[in-house]
Amino acid sequence: MSSYFDRSQSGPFAGDPRVSGWGPGPAGGSPSGFLGLQTSSFTDFLTSYSPGLLPGAVPGRSGDGQVSQVVRDLPHATTIVAAVCDGGVVLAGDRRATAGNMIAKRDVEKVFRSDEYSGMGYAGTGSLGIEFTRLFQVELEHYEKMEGRSLSLEGKANRLATMVRGNLGAAMQGLVVVPLFVGYDEDAGLGRIFSYDVAGGPYEEQRFHSIGSGSLFARGALKKLYSDGMSADDVALACVQALYDAADDDSATGGPDLTRRIFPVIATITVDGFRKLPETESEQIAEQVVRERMSLPDGPSAPLRNGG
Amino acid sequence: MPFYVSPAQVMRDKAEYARQGIARGRSCVTLQYADGILMVAPNPSSALHKISEIYDRIAFAAVGRYNEYENLRKAGVTYADITGYQFDRHDVTARGIANWYAQTLGTIFTDQLKPFEVEIVVAEVGAMPADDQIYRITFDGSVTDEPGFVAFGGQADQVSAVLKERYADNMSLSEAFAAALAALSAPGNGEYTDAQLEVAILERARDHRTFRRIRGARLEQLLSESRPAPAAEDAGDAGASGSGEGSGADSGSGAAPGSPGSGPAASSGGSPGSGSASPSAGPTGSTGPADSDPPTGPAPGGSDRGSGLGGGSPL
Repeated sequence: MSSYFDRSQSGPFAGDPRVSGWGPGPAGGSPSGFLGLQTSSFTDFLTSYSPGLLPGAVPGRSGDGQVSQVVRDLPHATTIVAAVCDGGVVLAGDRRATAGNMIAKRDVEKVFRSDEYSGMGYAGTGSLGIEFTRLFQVELEHYEKMEGRSLSLEGKANRLATMVRGNLGAAMQGLVVVPLFVGYDEDAGLGRIFSYDVAGGPYEEQRFHSIGSGSLFARGALKKLYSDGMSADDVALACVQALYDAADDDSATGGPDLTRRIFPVIATITVDGFRKLPETESEQIAEQVVRERMSLPDGPSAPLRNGG
Repeated sequence: MPFYVSPAQVMRDKAEYARQGIARGRSCVTLQYADGILMVAPNPSSALHKISEIYDRIAFAAVGRYNEYENLRKAGVTYADITGYQFDRHDVTARGIANWYAQTLGTIFTDQLKPFEVEIVVAEVGAMPADDQIYRITFDGSVTDEPGFVAFGGQADQVSAVLKERYADNMSLSEAFAAALAALSAPGNGEYTDAQLEVAILERARDHRTFRRIRGARLEQLLSESRPAPAAEDAGDAGASGSGEGSGADSGSGAAPGSPGSGPAASSGGSPGSGSASPSAGPTGSTGPADSDPPTGPAPGGSDRGSGLGGGSPL
């Protein structure tokens, strides 16, 4: 910053950046503590301003590195599915959170809008996932307001990787959360999918991907149901089939609850932006799937030989 | 420097200095209309903004020295984002931000050798017109609540007088825009074209982020809707300026200041026969970022941006 009005070099308050008003300031923030910031990243700012607000800011290690019972009993959220469709990408998630063998919550939403052209779902510790989602939303919006433009899709994916990496300490103590990030690339006109591991990433995935305890079953189902260039509606249907199959084989994944009207959350991201399907639409899709399963419990089968 | 200067004298000098800096530039106008809040400022640059979004329902407008209020804008955005993150999005209010600006500017005014030559308005659109708020914060940290409308910076008194006359509750966007234009034209800088204005609104009915910039075709349309009213007494000119605006070149308007003839080329909108000052005769010329005022104020201080919003010529 300009030095001709920086008094920190002389006088009784010499060298104290808080009093001269420049610099990020200590945690808790002096009144002028936000001036002269060098970064447009909200997460970086938070690290200096108040690191306790970061997700997974865990008080201390448990000593022997073992996952304590407290953490084991935290609700965990499961199974997110993403698939590229014609002109965009679809993201869907089930609604169950489990704590051990108990169902902690029946109607968790794990799929969120990150900004106009991107979204994310998470699997792992529920509370951390919610914090991640919020922080990421603020991170993207903050950057856009500071710089006057949105981040590129790769930029967003990289920022999320850094956040995941920052959570590694907590993850090693059992507070694992892993996101699945999807977005519409405005330049290329395509949907794209990025996955992460506990230490960061991102890994770009082609066509479709799934995370969570039911992901193996979901991926297997999508392998047989998915084809390139499907419409958004068809991909949404395929995702719900995949989630149904995941719920069929994984106790931690919840299928559609027709009695309580709780259905998977489905969102599409296209040139028109992020759109979460309203309940009526996801209800229709789920009911169609369930109806067909009445006669074919294992769902649609794929032809054994190609080009038949 | 003298050995002793009385504190009262120091404060008076600082205040005078800041006031002069702010008065040197152009005015900016903020007013309520039926569907939200409108902010209009003369600004030849399309990249460097005087009016910006702070949060979902809160906007920021400033006059004075660009690098100073840009710094304050970013700090305000950070303050809003961190409040919204720590608590909830609904807990971020214009009042909180205005108070924060008052604290910051007050501290700077007292502590720093040179005060910030800025004047800031923070506006929030509510669910209903009665819930809208407009706050004005001056260089020394004084906050005032300005219900309905406010004009600040430049020749604020003249602009404010016209705005007060023209303002009414529950105006439509075009009416509000016409009032704003009339007020901004009061000090006699001439008519403005779409390339010389920065316009933004906070739309009450929008979900989530309500801030929208009005530019390009939408701004041209708004200009042409609002034009006929103030020029009613010069009926012939109204027609010519109306068509001049309508042909709206979106870049390089006012390229030919002295262009003869009343043909379509005179997109700056002043037909030569009339007495109305052509906007292209104004200092900026709008032909490009390099054509800024020669620096008038105190020289140093980061006037790197060539578009005329640099430190040398506070707008």
